[in-house]
Amino acid sequence: MLSRVANSLYWMSRYIERAENIARILDVNLQLQLDFRNVDETTLREHWLPIVQCTGDQELFVQLHGRATASSVAEFLVFEEANTNSIVSSIRQARENARMVRAQITIEIWEELNRLYLFVISPQARMDWKDSPSEFFNHIKASSLQLIGLSYATLIRNEGWWFTQIGKFIERADKTSRILDVRYQTLPQRGVPQTISQTEALEWSAILRSCSGWDAYKSIHGAEVHPRLVAEFLVLNEDFPRSVRFCVAELNHALRRISGVIDARFSNDAEKLAGRLVSELQFSTIDEIFEFGLHSYLDALQTKLNRIGNALCQTYIFQTSTTALGDHLVQQEEQQQQQLSRSPRHKC
Amino acid sequence: MISEEPRALLNGYERDGFFDEMIDASGEVLPHYRKFDALFRSFSADEFQKKERSVSLALLRQGVTFNVYGDSRGTERIFPFDLVPRIIPASEWQFLERGLAQRITALNLFLHDIYHEQRIVKDGVIPAECLLSGKHFRREFVNFSVPKDIYIHVCGTDLIRGDKGEYMVLEDNGRCPSGVSYVLENRRAMKRSFPGMFETIGIRPVDHYPQELLKMLQHIAPPGVADPTIVLLTPGVHNSAYFEHTYLARHMGIEIVEGRDLVVRDSRAFMRTTKGLQPVHVIYRRIDDDFLDPTVFRRDSMLGVPGLAHAYRAGHVSLANSIGTGISDDKVIYAFVPRMIKYYLDQEPIIQNVPTYLASLESDRKYILENLEKLVVKAANESGGYGMLIGPHASKQDLEQFRCHITAEPRNYIAQPTISLSRHPTHVNGHFEGRHVDLRPFIIYGEKISIVPGGLTRVALRKGSLVVNSSQGGGSKDTWVLYGNE
Repeated sequence: MLSRVANSLYWMSRYIERAENIARILDVNLQLQLDFRNVDETTLREHWLPIVQCTGDQELFVQLHGRATASSVAEFLVFEEANTNSIVSSIRQARENARMVRAQITIEIWEELNRLYLFVISPQARMDWKDSPSEFFNHIKASSLQLIGLSYATLIRNEGWWFTQIGKFIERADKTSRILDVRYQTLPQRGVPQTISQTEALEWSAILRSCSGWDAYKSIHGAEVHPRLVAEFLVLNEDFPRSVRFCVAELNHALRRISGVIDARFSNDAEKLAGRLVSELQFSTIDEIFEFGLHSYLDALQTKLNRIGNALCQTYIFQTSTTALGDHLVQQEEQQQQQLSRSPRHKC
Repeated sequence: MISEEPRALLNGYERDGFFDEMIDASGEVLPHYRKFDALFRSFSADEFQKKERSVSLALLRQGVTFNVYGDSRGTERIFPFDLVPRIIPASEWQFLERGLAQRITALNLFLHDIYHEQRIVKDGVIPAECLLSGKHFRREFVNFSVPKDIYIHVCGTDLIRGDKGEYMVLEDNGRCPSGVSYVLENRRAMKRSFPGMFETIGIRPVDHYPQELLKMLQHIAPPGVADPTIVLLTPGVHNSAYFEHTYLARHMGIEIVEGRDLVVRDSRAFMRTTKGLQPVHVIYRRIDDDFLDPTVFRRDSMLGVPGLAHAYRAGHVSLANSIGTGISDDKVIYAFVPRMIKYYLDQEPIIQNVPTYLASLESDRKYILENLEKLVVKAANESGGYGMLIGPHASKQDLEQFRCHITAEPRNYIAQPTISLSRHPTHVNGHFEGRHVDLRPFIIYGEKISIVPGGLTRVALRKGSLVVNSSQGGGSKDTWVLYGNE
């Protein structure tokens, strides 16, 4: 498989997953806000700013919007073109990558992704969002889930498939860890918090719902919501498909399906790092993690995921970057077969 | 006016003195349109418009679009599609097929000749200066023998019809002609919209084009390569024909690559894959010569592959189309094609050229400058409707501008009489009006010559306009070649 194609498949599925996760985070938090009473501006800011932080673009946000309110955060994370991680930007980039590998994906996937793209850039999208943010986010989530379903149902399981799996699971592991990290300021730096208030309990259940984990959590722990149990569920649970451990295990599996190297060995850095992280997650307890500090742990975890991503690029995809020459390149691509009027050498 | 009366669809339709593809001078539907017309009358205007909307929506959803240049948001548009097909009877198509095959044969002989002995120049049929001054004449490839001696593998020849319905060649596109994906997609859209018609009318299929193209690419593989790796080289996603590139690669089952995916080592071409470098044997390139290899042609090209021309010369990789075919697209060289046909094949041209005046010849130039407001002036090496003056529609200022261009750079301009292109009923705001059309068949030259029945019919959607290019407000129609004559 062409390295560039592997790269595009990886990013296509990563961006789809990203758009879905941002929709999840926003949806749940907008709903959560409805449960607050008599909130002052500080409380609101404390609620919304971490959500911007969890997508990692705080600087740009402050520059564009200054204050964190429900509408400014939503605008920034949904429609902002300058924010490369907004829902619209993510879907645009997913589609751009899909266009580059149109021959490797199926018509069903392409048409759905294209439809989603045409929807989010249409005026209708904004109207839907104003009418009912929740329905709007459901639309994004449903479309992403449909794309995942279509991939499962229509894509041939060749090397490219495993690159899409890697993209999806690395993004999901990262976003789950960031969603979980949203409330870190309310936690002690080290150790497990003892009791939590009712509002805090609501916030922690919002975190679970962001990850579609509320039902699964309840079936294991009942309705009692405690940060320790929530964190254990989202980081260490073996069977929940959005937990960090589950995602990293899938990611590791996909890496090995590409190279054919067994679990106990490695043939490149990506496999080495992924294998190590799987073991770490298998042989850790949540109390150890809280002892280390949940926030610091998640921070380190995100760095590890990044390293796996970089190692993957080094191994399979390494290409000289053309981004610096971007505009010039686009111009030449367009110029082909266009034959712009050549300006005459003489003056008239 | 939208009328609910089905028979009224063509009511009030006027030929306006032009040759019409569907209606004769007395207002009767021509024999090869009769079956279609009978079926078409069963649709109400409402039904028709509904079908039209659903086709546009489907094309947009499938991403059958071209990029609008200079738009940073990457706006894409669909190439407007008109649901009334252009129909060609069997006998007429046989004539066109013979004419097109004759033409591509002569052009390939010409290209071989000018890159080897140059007999045609020595025998005085084409003046040496016309050839040597050609912008796309590649001196670097003189005395190089291309694989299987084929230069133009894929040709898109633009045909028009004059006021008596006579076919003429407007131009040859022997470099990277595009548009064939619309031929295939338009057919798909028509089959979905009018499923019943295809069985009743008897229309020749077009969907074997990708197979024919693949066969040709396999045919030109370097000697000794039993199972060649074939790739399509695209400039990238920002190119207006990108959809077509992916479409063809997908239907041929070959990789679509960009320049950065390829690398040349020891004069062999490879692609970068997740498993290391893999050899490449045949490249269907959709990049112009100029950008193909920065070490030989334009140095600033970022789309090409350094060393590719060298690998090509060494015979380790084949290219379609070959390097250097651009000279046959030169509108000055075009004027000599009828003479080429006589010279190489000793035959009369089956399809005529449009009469052409060369500004580089003194007598012609005089005529051009005196009759500018009656003529169409074209720059010798432009396409896509750029660099063109339509005398009768031009402003005084434009006329003066071109007068000056022609005097300053005569080699770069030719002129032709304004042809009143044939028209075709076309759907405009709920009724039908005549719009000018042309036809671009796609000719594949491999082991044998193969032409998919029909081609791309382009239609100038703006009233009275003669320009059919997608960049200039053109649309397209499905082209039906019938098994019979009715």
